[in-house]
Amino acid sequence: MIRGAGRASARPAPRRRPRGRWFAIAMLAPALLGILVFFVYPLIASLFFSFTSYDLVSPPEWIGLRNYEYLFTKDPKVWSAALNTLWFIVFLTPVKIIMALCVAGLLARANRAAGFWRTIFYLPSLVPPVASVVAFVFLFNPGTGPVNHILKVFGIEGPLWFNDPSLSKPSLMLLGIWVMGDMMVIFLAALLDVPKDQYEAASLDGANGVQKVWYVTLPNIVPVLVFSLVTGLIASLQYFTEAAVASGVASGKATVGSGTATTLGYPDGSLLTYTQWLYVRGFANYQLGYASALAVLLFIVAAAFLVVLLRRVDAFNPEGAK
Amino acid sequence: MQQRFTPRTGRRIAAGIAGAAAAALMLTACSGDTGSVDVADEAPDELSGTVSLWHFFTDREASVIQGVVDDFEAQNPGVTVEVHEGQDDEKLRKVIAAGSDDIDVGLSYSTDVVGNLCSTGAFRDLQPYIDRDEVDMSQISDTVQSYSEFEGTRCTMPVLADVNALFYNKDIFAEAGITEPPKTLDELEDIALKLTEYNDDGSIKRLGFNPFMGMYENTAAHFGPAVGGKWLDDDGYSAIGSDEGWPVLMQWQKDFVDEIGYDKLQAFTAGLGQEFSADNAFHTGQLAMTIDGEYRTAFIADQAPDLNYGTAPFPTATGFEDLYGSGYIVGNIAGIAKGSKNPELAWALLKYLSTDTDALVKMGNGLKNVPTTTAALESPDLEVSEQYQTFIDIALHPKTATTPPSLVGAGYTQAFGSYWEKFQAGTGGNLAEGLAGVDQEINDSVDLVSGP
Repeated sequence: MIRGAGRASARPAPRRRPRGRWFAIAMLAPALLGILVFFVYPLIASLFFSFTSYDLVSPPEWIGLRNYEYLFTKDPKVWSAALNTLWFIVFLTPVKIIMALCVAGLLARANRAAGFWRTIFYLPSLVPPVASVVAFVFLFNPGTGPVNHILKVFGIEGPLWFNDPSLSKPSLMLLGIWVMGDMMVIFLAALLDVPKDQYEAASLDGANGVQKVWYVTLPNIVPVLVFSLVTGLIASLQYFTEAAVASGVASGKATVGSGTATTLGYPDGSLLTYTQWLYVRGFANYQLGYASALAVLLFIVAAAFLVVLLRRVDAFNPEGAK
Repeated sequence: MQQRFTPRTGRRIAAGIAGAAAAALMLTACSGDTGSVDVADEAPDELSGTVSLWHFFTDREASVIQGVVDDFEAQNPGVTVEVHEGQDDEKLRKVIAAGSDDIDVGLSYSTDVVGNLCSTGAFRDLQPYIDRDEVDMSQISDTVQSYSEFEGTRCTMPVLADVNALFYNKDIFAEAGITEPPKTLDELEDIALKLTEYNDDGSIKRLGFNPFMGMYENTAAHFGPAVGGKWLDDDGYSAIGSDEGWPVLMQWQKDFVDEIGYDKLQAFTAGLGQEFSADNAFHTGQLAMTIDGEYRTAFIADQAPDLNYGTAPFPTATGFEDLYGSGYIVGNIAGIAKGSKNPELAWALLKYLSTDTDALVKMGNGLKNVPTTTAALESPDLEVSEQYQTFIDIALHPKTATTPPSLVGAGYTQAFGSYWEKFQAGTGGNLAEGLAGVDQEINDSVDLVSGP
């Protein structure tokens, strides 16, 4: 509609038809219902249960702040579990991103057999996490695994890997790097999408390789980097499966179901993550109220992390924040 | 004209969503029917109807249970038993918590859940049924009775048990000229060190006995009977720090670990085969002795039939010799869910599974678990090998011990186990202070659940 200059017509605007608004709400209803059932309700329920003593079978009993008092003053493992989780956030996520970016960078420049190498690097990410962890732990078994046998050929005494508390998390980091194919593919697509004329312009301006990466490549792929950082951060905060399976297999007592609680954290609590501890308290110790308090704290911390992260990334806004 | 959602509309929708969620939450706080315990004055003369049995067994073991269920149905032609296999404790509790009447009899593999199930009424109180039908509870040992009830409420019946004992390799013993298994921990250590062999590079080739806490069945619960270690007091709080036996046992175990070398043991243990695979270190001869349950006899028969081995009660510490012959026992338990729609029929099935000698013997033979009534243990139909007899004897021993039920489930054993692993690594600090810390940790956890 072309807006003319001057005053609008004296005719009053047509009344907004209520049926239009409700029609929109009706169309949104299925999605809203899903959000309500699978997001809002669990969120509010967790918050409520965190103020109760609740074992799932009996009705929840209101106990006020007692769960939070226990969490901050008496729980013997929550802080070590939180530190373990922090380790994965600080080391696993950035290392995985850097490795994925490096591999994607190499693949973006590959001429020969590019498709073959992309497949090779991508395939490990298709392996189910449990299977990949079991395989890794067997490969790195200090006594019988091939890795230490190969090291021995070169005269190197292989470490205990997943059985050493100081090496268990770095060993899982190796696994994380091995399965970085999904992240690598996303980076590869972003790198291939960087306008080549920008590189040409940079070359004309005398930029060297490092400068091209810093001033051309990275700014163009920042949205993808941020996406990977955010999803990696969330995954690290929720880190459970790989650490649980590694503990079970490395301890020699692979168990399932609630029996898993007996091996979580092996060796010596080094792989006990925050979410694992939440699971133990909730389902092995029948303290769902307390587990809800742990979940609420995790939500607050995750939200805080993301707010800080997103505020510090200027280029998150593709239009430019400044 | 394009319709737009105003911020006001968005706030209204958000408020509506939050209000609906809060309303749903209030409904959640309402409990399901706790299940009235209206027990008929007399047991019905004839049983009929459908009853569901939920258990955790799968594959071959599930077929053993099915065989016993078939026998029950044959004895009661009007009864149909719907069996749900592969259901672990979490599933049982969730179904019961939902107030479902789909579950009548639940069979759990762990006594960890007894405290919770009995205190919350998730499983019905069975005492009225037991009194009415004059069930002979003296057939069940005091220890087994103790782990299947909580604070005076009997909400479960024991159904088969696991017993731990010492396994030893007779061929390795014979090579070293050893003719008898050890009866004391000092003897165990002496024999173990004598049977331990090393590779040229100093690493362990074979261990006489692996004292490493956390390996296979090396747990505080299984070692505890060597000193009569007490877990909880009458109020459900930790008795570990004040018990005289635990420090003796822990110091012996740590000294044994230090004698061989923590790092060497760590490396050797890490390289052992999975516990329930054919590469189990006792099967392969990497361990000359080990502590394990009666089910190991079935695994050996299946995976290492040529292994020449013997079994004996686990040795006891110096000063605790009167305990020799006893051991650790714990087992499966079963109860009637509070939402059961046919509790009389459920009780009939439960009573059959837990007290019928033929049923217990059949399950014991099939699952290679120890029956939990004296009549079944002494039944001539029970398949008892020379090695299996040890477990029968231990089950019948009056001083055989268990881990008591608690409101925090396995939380107290996990807390103790975690500290013990630190202690053996040399990072546990002063033992007395460490055990006091374990007490505090357990008591705080119990207070969280049951405190004011």
